[in-house]
Amino acid sequence: MASKPLSTVAADGFWKNNPAIVQLLGLCPLLGVSNSVVNALGLGLATTVVLTCSNLVVSLIRKQVTDAIRLPAFVMIIASFTTCVELLMQAFTYELYQILGIFIPLIVTNCIILGRADSFAAKSALVPSVVDGFTMGLGFASILLLLGAMRELIGQGTLFSNMHLLLGDVARNWEITLITDYKKFLFAILPPGAFVFMGFLIALKNIIDQNLAERAKQKSAPVEKGSKRVRVTGQIN
Amino acid sequence: MTLIRQTSPHTRKASSTQAIMLNVLIALIPGLLVSVYFFGWGVLINLVWASLVAVGCEALIIKLRKRPIRFFLQDYTAVVTAALLALAIPPSAPWWLTLIGTSFAIIIGKHLYGGMGQNLFNPAMLGYVLLLVSFPLEMSAWLPALGVREGQGVLDLIASIQLFAGNMPVSSLDAMTMATPLDIFRENTSLTIEELWATNPVFSDWAGKGWQWVSLAYMLGGCWLLYKRVFTWHAPAGMLLMLGVMATLFYGGEGSDSHGSPLFHWLSGATMLGAFFIITDPVTSATSNKGRFIFGAGIGALTYIIRTWGGYPDGVAFAVLLMNMAAPTIDYYTQPRTYGHKKPNRGLAKPD
Repeated sequence: MASKPLSTVAADGFWKNNPAIVQLLGLCPLLGVSNSVVNALGLGLATTVVLTCSNLVVSLIRKQVTDAIRLPAFVMIIASFTTCVELLMQAFTYELYQILGIFIPLIVTNCIILGRADSFAAKSALVPSVVDGFTMGLGFASILLLLGAMRELIGQGTLFSNMHLLLGDVARNWEITLITDYKKFLFAILPPGAFVFMGFLIALKNIIDQNLAERAKQKSAPVEKGSKRVRVTGQIN
Repeated sequence: MTLIRQTSPHTRKASSTQAIMLNVLIALIPGLLVSVYFFGWGVLINLVWASLVAVGCEALIIKLRKRPIRFFLQDYTAVVTAALLALAIPPSAPWWLTLIGTSFAIIIGKHLYGGMGQNLFNPAMLGYVLLLVSFPLEMSAWLPALGVREGQGVLDLIASIQLFAGNMPVSSLDAMTMATPLDIFRENTSLTIEELWATNPVFSDWAGKGWQWVSLAYMLGGCWLLYKRVFTWHAPAGMLLMLGVMATLFYGGEGSDSHGSPLFHWLSGATMLGAFFIITDPVTSATSNKGRFIFGAGIGALTYIIRTWGGYPDGVAFAVLLMNMAAPTIDYYTQPRTYGHKKPNRGLAKPD
């Protein structure tokens, strides 16, 4: 791949080609665990770490691995990083590890990671690959976080509850109860709610993109030929 | 020789959406009146509030979509959706329950799919299922019908308004509400039917006290719609027939684990409201007559299955949504024979 400037790579990963709301990849974990901020943040971080590391290693070995066996090799790399993350979470955030359950090992099958390894890291140099992995992971994690916040707020009326599961005792009092005496709105916590909120997020992104495109068009509109100069004094002959 | 210049006997007047929806609303009146008689003012309050919310949401979305507001509000479809939803939820519902359900039905169930005629699912049932899944407690809090508690009338207007405003403490609400006949039948499996009938005052000759008359009133309204040819008989007949067949097949007769007689199933829950007012929705059901019959039969079977072996007491709403998904496929396999062709088309054309 011809070298793109790093800023373009980063913008692609985070916004223009966002894995969650543009490519619509990795929907299973995205919809499955985005029911609270802490779950979303936990899985988002784990995915970002695995994505960055796997892109790094895939880029390093891209010249040694032949085309025929590249996919098994990539999966092996991704699986080892996922296992590392899983063991780390088991060691340091055991409760969160139990809550996220099957979704942590399932990071191996997340199509974002294999997709980026095959379509970007296998063809690019080291630094762009790492930047791509990191921004793609960040793009995914931020959507996950946004979705988690929306669903937690509407489903339970709180924000940042149980953050100590991930961040330790510092975050024990972070819970914000925005609406006291709130009846749980189960629809937002259950998977169908995730689909609806996801739809709204995609719509929001499209609106923002439309507005940006319109503004750019107005700005770059060429000066019309034969435009008149306004003169208030003197005469043009 | 003079020829009488007469063309085919066409219908004399074009039946507009507005006229059809108005007929549906009129046909709901007997059911509404009987419901108010047996369950009190709450039904009426729900209906008025849901209609207001529905019209408000409809106007808002039409404005956002830059369509003519007056034209679309005059076709009464939003009011019909609101009425069906309001009649399906418990009369003790607080204001926010109806608000959430109705706005979801109109905004997401109807307009996000493209507005009238484009929606995949029946909006009223979508709103109902949303509420049932999200607020199981409020959605199962049915007030007992008139005559279930000896010497106690229906709630007066003041108490109904208090319930609507959400001012009633939960404890007194718990004391007021009662399981529906379908609930009681599901939960008791170790009695004979006679014992069940003797120990629970909610039952009457055929089904639940009150419920049976409400169902019969809906049926009356539905028959009037059939007479006015607003819809054909196929979908309701399919649903009622299949529900009857299922209930007969699995009816044990003696014990309370017999899942109830066909008559009990026909006159309980939302069977009649569903059969005549919900599954006859021209947008979300199948198109051909044969297709409509299959569509209705599927709903009848699923309703029975969900009522009997599922987790929720009544299954009409879930059954309707499931069969809404199946309607396009049913349409592909029930295309009528085109004039000039020997055989009708079946299924999708083979791709090249």
